[in-house]
Amino acid sequence: MTLINVNGTQHKLQVDPSTPLLWVLREQLNLTGTKFGCGISQCGACTVHVNGVATLSCITPLSAVDGQSISTIEGLAPSPDQLHPLQQSWIDEQVPQCGYCQSGQLMRAANLLAHNPSPSDADIDVAMAGNICRCGMYNRIRKAIKSAAGVQQFDPSQPTEGLANG
Amino acid sequence: MGKWSRRGFISAGVIAAGGLLVGVAIRPGNRAAKLSDSGAANGEKLLHIWLKLDRNNIVTAIVPHSEMGQGVGTALAQMLADELDADWNLVKFEEAPATGEFANYSILKAMLPSGGSDLPGFVLPSINGALITTAQALDLQITGGSISVRSTGAFGMRIAGAAVKEMLRNAAAEAWRVPVNEVIARDSQLVHQSSGRVEPFATFIDAAAEMTPPASPQLKQSSEFKIMGHHVERHDIPSKVDGTATFALDVRLPDMLYATVRRAPTFGGGIKTLDDSQARAIKGVVDIIQLPSADVSRTLGSFSTADSIAVVAEGYWPAKQGLDNLKIDWHETENDSVSSDSIFQQFDRDISANVDRESDISEGNLDAAMAGAKQIIEADYRVPYLAHMCMEPLNATAEVKNGRCEIWVGCQNPLGFRQAVADALGFDIDNVTVHNCLMGGGFGRKSLADYAIQAALLAAQVGRPVQLIWTREEEVRQDFYRPAVQSRFRAALDEEGHLTAWENTYVDKHEPVEAPLIPYAVAARDIGHVSSPTHIPFGAWRSVAHSQHCFFTESFIDEVAAAAGQDPYEYRAARLAHRPRQLAVLQKVAEAADWGRPLAAGRGRGISLQQGFGSIVAQVVEVSITGGEVQVDRVVAAVDAGFAVSPDGLTAQIESGIVYGLTAALYGEITIENGAVKESNFNDYQMLRMSAMPKIETHIINSGNPMGGAGEPGTPPIAPALTNAIFNATGQRIRQLPIKNIDLQGLS
Ligand code: FES
Ligand code: FES
Repeated sequence: MTLINVNGTQHKLQVDPSTPLLWVLREQLNLTGTKFGCGISQCGACTVHVNGVATLSCITPLSAVDGQSISTIEGLAPSPDQLHPLQQSWIDEQVPQCGYCQSGQLMRAANLLAHNPSPSDADIDVAMAGNICRCGMYNRIRKAIKSAAGVQQFDPSQPTEGLANG
Repeated sequence: MGKWSRRGFISAGVIAAGGLLVGVAIRPGNRAAKLSDSGAANGEKLLHIWLKLDRNNIVTAIVPHSEMGQGVGTALAQMLADELDADWNLVKFEEAPATGEFANYSILKAMLPSGGSDLPGFVLPSINGALITTAQALDLQITGGSISVRSTGAFGMRIAGAAVKEMLRNAAAEAWRVPVNEVIARDSQLVHQSSGRVEPFATFIDAAAEMTPPASPQLKQSSEFKIMGHHVERHDIPSKVDGTATFALDVRLPDMLYATVRRAPTFGGGIKTLDDSQARAIKGVVDIIQLPSADVSRTLGSFSTADSIAVVAEGYWPAKQGLDNLKIDWHETENDSVSSDSIFQQFDRDISANVDRESDISEGNLDAAMAGAKQIIEADYRVPYLAHMCMEPLNATAEVKNGRCEIWVGCQNPLGFRQAVADALGFDIDNVTVHNCLMGGGFGRKSLADYAIQAALLAAQVGRPVQLIWTREEEVRQDFYRPAVQSRFRAALDEEGHLTAWENTYVDKHEPVEAPLIPYAVAARDIGHVSSPTHIPFGAWRSVAHSQHCFFTESFIDEVAAAAGQDPYEYRAARLAHRPRQLAVLQKVAEAADWGRPLAAGRGRGISLQQGFGSIVAQVVEVSITGGEVQVDRVVAAVDAGFAVSPDGLTAQIESGIVYGLTAALYGEITIENGAVKESNFNDYQMLRMSAMPKIETHIINSGNPMGGAGEPGTPPIAPALTNAIFNATGQRIRQLPIKNIDLQGLS
């Protein structure tokens, strides 16, 4: 028996504990927003957060996340009628083509901004290095990360008064 | 009642499915006589599109194209909405289901009030005449060859929108008892200015259904466009940022099993012995099933594959564990010793032997031009096999019960898949339903139905729904590859460096036929091919044969310019006086890229030009070479696709095409070893990543020419622009891709 919290909901699971988290999310919990791309940690399509840290779910066995908190793309928005700033900037910049990689891109980018609210180009290169977009939308992803970072900097709830008028 | 025009058929409106439904069947001929292309060869096909106007005033465009990510639905809906003068916020797009009603004449019958039992005489020529055959009808739903906007959109969507607008205006004029020319359509409303009457389109649904459709509805001039050519947000994007978009892999059916599969690594090989005892012992494994070889020839998109073995389980993970624990001995084949090297040696031999060479084009006196040359240059070029590597691994979900099959799949050819699955199961096609899902990339791979057939056979055998998911390794090793090609050139230059003869022989002819042709003026040319078959399965890969030939021809013309001691841009431009459209695109890219500006040492700039799929694209690449490493700094593209319906969509498509081609040029290589593919996954089949991205600038030219494609033409020019830039920086000419194999050490 494994106990995990996914997007705020507790789940008790009777699944072979060696099963990668990816398949548990997709098959047992029906959270299909997290994608399978390679199964060997090369593409980033399966990126989720475990205790707030971006993690490749295709190589993370269920046993490794026993008792942990997981969030997936379905849990990225702060509430049902509000988007995460990155989701909004993804729409504003019309980032997705096929869209298949984008759950992973967004989860990775959200993790970046959570730790580094105003990333440089080099920071973005490093953070996003594990995420392939076969449709080649990297420049739009970069732009959308930067504009969401701007949104965050100017968020009135944050102590950024100096920046807000500048 | 319906109407014929020269280009097709507009059906009468009927009240069905809660609204007014009007169908348009069109013949996608190509008016651009100069550039014959893949679409033009099929001048007698009918394409059906449908417009539905419901009682809530919502307009739905129903179109036979699959969504691979190119936003085709949005662009097509824009065209229809603009001609209809609809409010963009009240317009939706749906993909036509892969059923006969939407793809062949049966809907024409179904739409007639009589139900088709006694058709009016004017319909008969359309459905009984030579226009429609099953194969042609099947062919129609294929998404590929950048055909969507060019034919469906340019002719079908616009005509549908304009025709329905006319029917609605007539209906309103009759109801209001005013002359029809005083009734205008605006934002999904009909307006009679002088009396101040305004009513939504939906008010006139029933009356419009009684109207005779116009024979040739009046289309707008581009200056009158309100939605086409303007930025609109794509309808599909919100669902792609919150995980709700449903790809085929996301289909969930009650009681569903999962499966994964393996075919013989050497193409054409089969299973000799199988020990599945260990696999069967794995918890969750339900069955292990051998699937027969497939031979699909009845539909467009024919192919054959060897047999395969599938593990069916309660989840993908136990299925994968099962697969890894199978002990399989494969049959030996006659191709067990074939390698990439032996294939290229064979190509080289066959080009030299020149047996049964067929000319694509032969003009002028080549021998005389060669004999009188001041300088002759020769070169051989090679490109390797490439895999498609769609982001979403191949998968299909099938349920077979009570003599019927339902299949959920992301594919580029729903009707072809339907036929192939029906044939594999021995079912009548009417008993197969294809639900086409969003595709996580297609690029040509998803036009061949092998994976759908496997899923259907598994579901039939286990008696429960099955979701078949290929491993990425299987996808790399069982693709229908972009063919490897060798191409040999010889060119003659006179005293002034003018190009006087162009000779080119390559192996194996593929679509589109014009791919090896060059736009540059030359008095004598002979371009042709010899046959040099291999056992490696091949298929369409984004931009098809252009991806290889553009690299060859645009590199070799660069060699010619260098041999003449002239600037590669000026040299090309001087040979395009007879091709003003190409010249304009080339000039645009040179100007936007600041072509003449000097670059620092270790940096280089290259140019290329491409015409295909009705569009013309030129690119300039800037590179830096440091320590033997190539960094692509900047790509400037100019594109003339006739008219950009969706400028942001076109820009994204060109950028996507550039990255696809750049990835291939830098890293792409499927290596054949012992008759099989050596690479396995993204670890050894490298993809371009964020940090290697160049800056990309796309410049759109709205030339007013017939609309061209967007999804494919961005891909071919990047490889030669890049290698020409490397030549400019280092003096080293790259004649074989990928670039990762080339030692640039010491050149920087
Ligand atoms: S599926 Fe996990 S990194 Fe590719
Ligand atoms: S949007 Fe298609 S792979 Fe990224």
